[in-house]
Amino acid sequence: MSDEQQKHWVYRKKNLPILWGIQVALLVLVLVPEFFMHHHPHFEDQGIGVDASWGFFAWYGFATCAAMVVGAKLLGLFLKRKDTYYDD
Amino acid sequence: MMTEVVPPGLVLIVGALLLPLVKGGLRTALVLVLPLITLALVWQIPLGSQLSLPFLDYSLEPVNATSVGRLFATIFAIMAFAGGLYALKTATLAELVAAFAYAGSAIGVTFAGDLITLFIFWEMMALGSTLVLWANGPQNPKAYQASIRYVLVHLLGGVILMTGIVAYVVETGSTAFTTMTADSVATWLILAGFLINAGAPPLSAWIADAYPEASPSGMVFLSAFTTKTAVFALLVGFPGTEILIYIGLYMVFYGIIYALLENDMRRILAYSIVNQVGFMVTAIGIGTELALNGAAAHAFAHIIYKALLLMSAGSVLLMTGKRKCTDLGGLFQTMPATAINGIIGALAISSFPFTSGFVTKSLETSAAAYQGLTLVWFLLLAASAGVFLHAGIKFPWFVFFQRDSGLRPPDPAPTMRWAMWLFSFLCLAIGLYPQALYSILPYPVDYQPYTWEHLVTQFQLLLFAGFAFFALLPLMKRTLTLSLDVDWFYRRLMVLVVGKSAAVIARGDGAVRAAASRGVTRVLAYISRHHGPDGMLARTWPTGSVVTWVVVLLAVYLVFSLY
Repeated sequence: MSDEQQKHWVYRKKNLPILWGIQVALLVLVLVPEFFMHHHPHFEDQGIGVDASWGFFAWYGFATCAAMVVGAKLLGLFLKRKDTYYDD
Repeated sequence: MMTEVVPPGLVLIVGALLLPLVKGGLRTALVLVLPLITLALVWQIPLGSQLSLPFLDYSLEPVNATSVGRLFATIFAIMAFAGGLYALKTATLAELVAAFAYAGSAIGVTFAGDLITLFIFWEMMALGSTLVLWANGPQNPKAYQASIRYVLVHLLGGVILMTGIVAYVVETGSTAFTTMTADSVATWLILAGFLINAGAPPLSAWIADAYPEASPSGMVFLSAFTTKTAVFALLVGFPGTEILIYIGLYMVFYGIIYALLENDMRRILAYSIVNQVGFMVTAIGIGTELALNGAAAHAFAHIIYKALLLMSAGSVLLMTGKRKCTDLGGLFQTMPATAINGIIGALAISSFPFTSGFVTKSLETSAAAYQGLTLVWFLLLAASAGVFLHAGIKFPWFVFFQRDSGLRPPDPAPTMRWAMWLFSFLCLAIGLYPQALYSILPYPVDYQPYTWEHLVTQFQLLLFAGFAFFALLPLMKRTLTLSLDVDWFYRRLMVLVVGKSAAVIARGDGAVRAAASRGVTRVLAYISRHHGPDGMLARTWPTGSVVTWVVVLLAVYLVFSLY
C-alpha cells in the first residue's frame, strides 16, 4: 500500500476510474450542443448531408482514428523491423 | 522600382561567419541580435522593391519583396531568434554558425526574384543543414552517416532543380521566378526539385532518417527551414497544380501511419512534419486565394508549434539522454515547464480551439469545402483527427505520462525554457488574435474561425479522436522497432546489389585477368623458343653453314643477272 501512496496520484490504481470518468464526462459534454445546434452541410449541392447529421464529427473522429490505428498496426506487420536493423 | 536595399538573408549569413571571431557575451549578443536586425530589415523593405545585379548575360534579383516572401522571411527570422536562444547554452559553435547561415539562406530564397538566385540560396541551405547534422557528429556517431544520406538526397534534388531551371531558361528566355505551369519537361523538373525538399513521395524518408540524429537544438533549426522553403517555392511557382492535391494527401496519411508505428519521440515529430507539409501541399494544389492563404498561414503557425514540440522533446533528450518512448514516461513530475510547453505545442498542432493551428489549418479545409472537393474535405477532416492521434496525444502521453519510468530529470536551462515559453505564447497569441497574422497573408482574408459551429465540431472531432487513442491503447503498445520505408532501397537493397555485384565483378575480373595472363605467358614462351638463349634465331651458327648460305644467295643473284 505504501508503494501505491508514493506514486503520483495519476498513477494510483484506484484513481484510474476517475480519470476515465473525466474523459467520458468531457465526451458527453461536447455532444450536448448537438441537441440545440443546426449544422450546415458543406456539400448540399452535391446531395451530401452526412456532415450535418447528429454527432457526425464525433463518430467520424472516432471511426477514422480507429481505422488509422488498425491500419497502421496491419502495415506494421510488414514494415516493422528491429530498431538495430540498419546498424551493422 | 530600383532602391538601395540589402538582402536581409545576407545579415544572418555574414553574421554567422562573424560568430567564431567573437567570444562570450559578445557572441551571445550577436546570436540574439542578428535575427532581430534581419527581421527589422525584412519589414523595412517596401513591397515591390527590387535589386538587380548583372550576372553574365542575366540579371540577378536578390531582393524582390513580395507579401508571401515577407511572410515566410518573418517567421524564418523569428525562428532563428528563438532557435538561437534555445541553442545558446548547449549548441556547439559549429552548429550555431551552420544554423544561422542555413536560416539566412532560407530567407534568401524568400526574397529571390529569379531562378538563379533561388538556386544559389537553395544549395546553400543544403550545405548549411548538412553542417548542422555534422556538428552533432562528436555526440552521436550516427549523425555523420545520416548527414551523408541527407546530402545525397538534396544533391539529387539540386541537380533535378538545376536541370529544370536551365531547360526553363533556354525554353522561355526568362530567369524570373514566378508562377509556372507544369506542362513541360523543364517545369516538371523544377516542380520535382521543389517537392523533394518538401518531403514528398517517394523520397519522404530523409526527414525521419536525418533530422532526429541532430542535436536537441539542431533538430529545432532543421524542422523549420528546408520543408517550409519548399512550401514557399511551390506556393509561388505552382499554385493550383492539381497533382499537388494528391501528393499532399499521400503525405498527410504517410506521416500519420509512420508516426503511429514509431517509437523514437523525435522521429514521431519528424514524420509529423511530412504530415503537416502535406496539408500545405494539398492547399497549394487547390490553389484558390483562401487555400493559398491557408497554406501560408499554416506554414507560419507550423514552424512555431513544431519548433516548440521539438524544443520540448530536445529538452527531454538533453536531460535524460533517452529518445525512445519505451524508455520514457512520467516526466511531467520533475519537468513541468517542458511538459506544459510540449502540451501547448501538441494542442496547437492538433488545431485545438484558441491555438494557432485552429485559426490556420481551418483556412485549408474550408478552401476544400468551398471548391466542392468532397473527398478531399472528408480526407482532410480524418487527417485532422489523425494529427491529434499521432502527435497531439501520442507525444505528450508517452513522454510525460504513460507509466512512471522512474526518471527524475529537472527542467533544462533557463534560456531553453524562455525559448519554449516564447513560442507557447505565440501559439496562443495567434490562436486568440488571428487578425494580426491574417493581415500579413498574401491575399485579403474574409474568414471567421470562431463560430459556434466550428468550435463545437472541432471539440467533438478531437475529443473523440482522443477517446479512440485511449480505447485502443493496447494496440499502440510501443515496440523496439523502426519501420521500413523507401530509404530501404538505398540503405539495404543498393548496398546488397553493390556488394553482390562487386563479388560477381571480382570473379569475372579475375577470370579475364587469368586468361590474359595465360595468353601473355604463351606469347612469351613462343618468343623465347625462337629468340631465347637456346632459340633457333639466337643460336650461334657455324661459319660453314653461313658460307653455304652466302654462296646460295650469290648463286641466286648470278642467275637473276643472266636474265
